[in-house]
Amino acid sequence: SREGGFGLGRRALEAEVAAWDIDIRPDGTGLPEGSGDVWTGEEVWVENCAMCHGDFGEAVGRWPVIAGGWDTLDRKDPVKTVGSYWPYLSTVYDYIHRAMPFGNAQSLEPDQVYALTAYILYLNNVVEDDFELSRDTFLDVEMPNADGFFPDDRAEAELAQWRTEPCMENCKDAVEITMRARVLDVTPEGEADAVE
Amino acid sequence: MSDTTRRAFLKGAAVAGAAVTGSRAVAQQADPAITELQPWMRYLGEGVDARPYGHPSEHEAHVVRRNVEWLTADPVSSVNFTPLHELDGIITPNGLCFERHHAGIAEVDPAQHRLMINGLVDTPLVFTMADLMRFPRVNRVHFLECAANSGMEWAGAQLNGCQYTHGMIHNVMYTGVPLRLLLEEAGVKTGGKWLLAEGADASAMTRSIPMEKALDDCLVAFKMNGEALRPEQGYPVRLVVPGWEGNMWVKWLRRLEVGDQPWEHREETSKYTDLLDNGRARKWTWEMDAKSVITNPSPQAPITHGRGPLVITGVAWSGRGTVPRVDVTTDGGVTWHEARMSGPSMDKSMHRFYYEMDWDGAPLLLQSRAMDSTGYVQPTKDMLRQVRGENSIYHNNGIQTWAVNANGEAENVEIS
Repeated sequence: SREGGFGLGRRALEAEVAAWDIDIRPDGTGLPEGSGDVWTGEEVWVENCAMCHGDFGEAVGRWPVIAGGWDTLDRKDPVKTVGSYWPYLSTVYDYIHRAMPFGNAQSLEPDQVYALTAYILYLNNVVEDDFELSRDTFLDVEMPNADGFFPDDRAEAELAQWRTEPCMENCKDAVEITMRARVLDVTPEGEADAVE
Repeated sequence: MSDTTRRAFLKGAAVAGAAVTGSRAVAQQADPAITELQPWMRYLGEGVDARPYGHPSEHEAHVVRRNVEWLTADPVSSVNFTPLHELDGIITPNGLCFERHHAGIAEVDPAQHRLMINGLVDTPLVFTMADLMRFPRVNRVHFLECAANSGMEWAGAQLNGCQYTHGMIHNVMYTGVPLRLLLEEAGVKTGGKWLLAEGADASAMTRSIPMEKALDDCLVAFKMNGEALRPEQGYPVRLVVPGWEGNMWVKWLRRLEVGDQPWEHREETSKYTDLLDNGRARKWTWEMDAKSVITNPSPQAPITHGRGPLVITGVAWSGRGTVPRVDVTTDGGVTWHEARMSGPSMDKSMHRFYYEMDWDGAPLLLQSRAMDSTGYVQPTKDMLRQVRGENSIYHNNGIQTWAVNANGEAENVEIS
């Protein structure tokens, strides 16, 4: 521990940091050695991923859609996928490695994660079918929505205009109900179950 | 209140003949609740050894967290809701605090739990829980609101009850170590501008937090409302990020990494980014805007007592400070009344308000409007939609309307 501190805790060993520090950043920092191509990725996908995410990343049931949805972000029902929405490839590698497959996290080897990432890029028309992903080719990939994000601008866009003394009397001429939750009727029933 | 208990309540009220407005009721016959000896008046109750860890009365069995099955693919990466309509004051009981997991509840053995600090620090460190307990502690009351609270309501009134529309929130007293002290123990290097917090569950949840916030008011907390964190709230240790979206309050906290850039991980790119109607998205929308909701009356808590004195109550909060004032309208926003704040007013904590009125039985359009200590006034949903459209999912702090009919039943509605 630091001189002048409380002297609590102990120095982390290199092997301990290596075991837990698995995060990848947009510039590729943290990527392990390894590589994988699209067709190897398809095999890993079919075995580990397709049962929830569909053979082509189209998703089964309510599980997340991985591919498609291009040019839908400004539509009424946007489809946000790796190809249509995600800004960085590093996030794909990092997230698959840390949290997928759902229920069997951190079970994939670096080569498998590279291959899966390559297959997801292929499903999203970002690369050709002969593409091989590795630490060396990682930064060559351009994500379609890389420029789609900007830092929180509420301070300029909202806060100033909503810091005003509000109306207290005669604020409206008329009031009408325009929408009712009861019409939609999607609220769970069965509060009585808990009582009886 | 369930339909069955509501019916029983109304039946009881009818027998007692207490429906007269404006003057005190006179009983037509003696009340058996008084004249008949009740079992609890006659027989002995359970001893002090019967309930080592107490639980609510069986008559409160309906006061529970609830989920909405169709919201998510699976209950393991999902959310449930705090029964706000059954609570009062500002503190949420631990067992009722809403849950949001991404890989289920991690059941962590505290003896096997470690907290690592690594990255741009002078000394990478490992702490045990026993180590953490030896740092100076503080106690703070803060709300934790999911960024997606009210998110299903962006396109219009959908779920009928404030538990569902506003229940992804809880407010408890946390005991913990200021994050600043732990970072100082490791020694943050000059280039350390960002902090990555990581959880120990199977989702290994990660979020990037700017160092300024980390050094300001974040806590590494191990108690809530005086007792150990509940497993579903991150036992044995979680991050507390006052005023900021709940996703950043990493549970089962196992690692803090100092870096010179943000990590842009899944929970801050794919998720917790707010798509606007021009197809571009805000990222790093950390603060939770000022917000309020009337908890009673509300769809799950109708008026069952008829005309006369009516207590309207609700909660308000802001991620940017306190909430010194809440206004209430009963006519859909034509006229507003300043509500009465009651209870402690703490920074980035829930506040309780009341508005007492004499209800004449006419339909009501109830709304509440929070004003925080920065002068920010809670906007209408239409004001939010004008800036953001309907697809941003997160950060819906628009004013909620309940339509109360002549029977006292309330419904989630939108109004012009």
